[in-house]
Amino acid sequence: MEIKDVENLAEMSKIELTDAEKEQILKDMDGILGYVKQVEEVQVPDMIIEYKLRNIWREDKIPDSLMHFSLPAGCSSLDGFSITTGMPCSPNYIILSQFPDKDGGCVKVKKVL
Amino acid sequence: MLTKKFMIENIDIKNLNIEKASEMLRDGKITSVSLVEACLKNITERNGELNAILEVFSDALENAKKADEMIARGEGDQLTGIPLVIKDNIFITGKKVSASSKILENYVASYDAFVIEKLKKSGAVFIGRANMDEFAMGSSTENSAYGPTKNPFDITRVPGGSSGGSACSVAAGFCLGALGTDTGGSIRQPASFCGLVGMKPTYGGVSRRGTIAMSSSLDQIGPITKTVEDAKIIFTTIVGKDSMDATSIDLNSTGSDISGAKIGIPRDWLKEGIDTDVMENFNASVEKLKKLGYEIVDIDLPYSKYSLAVYYILMPAEVSTNLSRIDGIRYGNRVEGENIFDTYKKSRSAGFGMETRRRIILGSYVLSHGYYDAYYNKAWKVRHAIEKEFEDIFKKVDFVLTPTTPSVAFKFGAKKDPLQMYLSDIFTVPANIAGIPSLSVPSGFSKEGLPYGIQFMAPLCADEKLFEISLELEENI
Repeated sequence: MEIKDVENLAEMSKIELTDAEKEQILKDMDGILGYVKQVEEVQVPDMIIEYKLRNIWREDKIPDSLMHFSLPAGCSSLDGFSITTGMPCSPNYIILSQFPDKDGGCVKVKKVL
Repeated sequence: MLTKKFMIENIDIKNLNIEKASEMLRDGKITSVSLVEACLKNITERNGELNAILEVFSDALENAKKADEMIARGEGDQLTGIPLVIKDNIFITGKKVSASSKILENYVASYDAFVIEKLKKSGAVFIGRANMDEFAMGSSTENSAYGPTKNPFDITRVPGGSSGGSACSVAAGFCLGALGTDTGGSIRQPASFCGLVGMKPTYGGVSRRGTIAMSSSLDQIGPITKTVEDAKIIFTTIVGKDSMDATSIDLNSTGSDISGAKIGIPRDWLKEGIDTDVMENFNASVEKLKKLGYEIVDIDLPYSKYSLAVYYILMPAEVSTNLSRIDGIRYGNRVEGENIFDTYKKSRSAGFGMETRRRIILGSYVLSHGYYDAYYNKAWKVRHAIEKEFEDIFKKVDFVLTPTTPSVAFKFGAKKDPLQMYLSDIFTVPANIAGIPSLSVPSGFSKEGLPYGIQFMAPLCADEKLFEISLELEENI
């Protein structure tokens, strides 16, 4: 592995590294890959794998409990808090309140395309 | 109404366990409030030094009161009113949960983990969230973004990891039990380093819903406690099939009869790399099992010797995928860049520690074009060979026994390069690779007063039997 490989991997995984960190990772990779590549020499018999993990399917339907959502008393929208109870209007309040940057109920980000 | 004169005044958490405390609660000898107060006192005295608990929950006493009311009504079970500490990667609604990282420093859980729902129903009391290696990556808790946790037996040494805060909390009397997570040994190794019981269930036995994922085909949640019975109490409460975890199963127990059990020891795993005193302690424990009438058999597990190599290919690969959701966009600390990709990069780099970034890079490498086949695919093939090897060996023996770790708790900074650190999981990792349940029992102390641990592995779904054999050894250590 070379520095350029570390840089490509960092780019792919959207991680920034200082030059010193790149050197350190390169050194670490040498040691770790040197250890894990022992799997290359392992002779595994041809086996029919019965995968114990399989995809679990369900109907693509909205559950009834969510079909009949109505705003709580004292709320005129999903934003903010009820003027009567002081509780959040949105059942997703905790999620919405953690958007680092937002506009109403939407998370704001830099232009993607 | 409980009259004060029957109540025990000075509760010594160090001399209590879940089973005992639960009896005393139901007999009216103590209250949950007094238990929690005793824990909080110990925390005030020692957490500053040990750094096991990142945050003490402000509603602990309030929940203890509710638990006392439950008990007074004759409701609840063995966990009602019992103070527990929860690892910082398990969701409790409305509580901060950070996986000991900077990027999730102020993240608040929006739902309860499955295990938390179960514990809440029982009326257990959550004391606080426990320090850990960042994103569960480590074997010493030195990788926490909030400083390391210290081993309560010797503060110049690590408590183990990644569930170091959980283990330390139980050993230091901050609680009566804790939840940890185990991907490559992160429950069992710190339990062993801190003189405690740590158990990793059969994969799929405990739902991972609401737990920050590290490596989804390996992660399990489990108890860290003072006794095997305590671990069984917590396990029985948190186990269960969950429709919201596609990998969760109905743990159809294979029963609890261990009479005439054969115990296999993979002697070729134990030829080198283990401290002499650990081997002496291990052999002494084996003698005790012989005296109890169990047949000890030498076994060969040639494929399983590659477990650690397989682990350090598959786990980083899954980590790199699981952590790609942490990008500063919908949650977490965002650092704005010039464009969206720059925002991802700046947020992740500012918020992820070195070990986290190292494993993401390693994972991306083994998954990348040109290396996928040689590393990732080959590792899966070897993994299947290891699974089959355990399946076959369990036709000859009922349990496999090894020391939990190659050494006692090491000093801070002792593992100078990543690979040295990774090798501390050499005995714990096979159980995660094969999906089988495994439990570490404390097996004595070194000359310097540092705990030893011994580890049983059992077949898939034999969790009950695992508890039984562990109880046997615990009673006779």
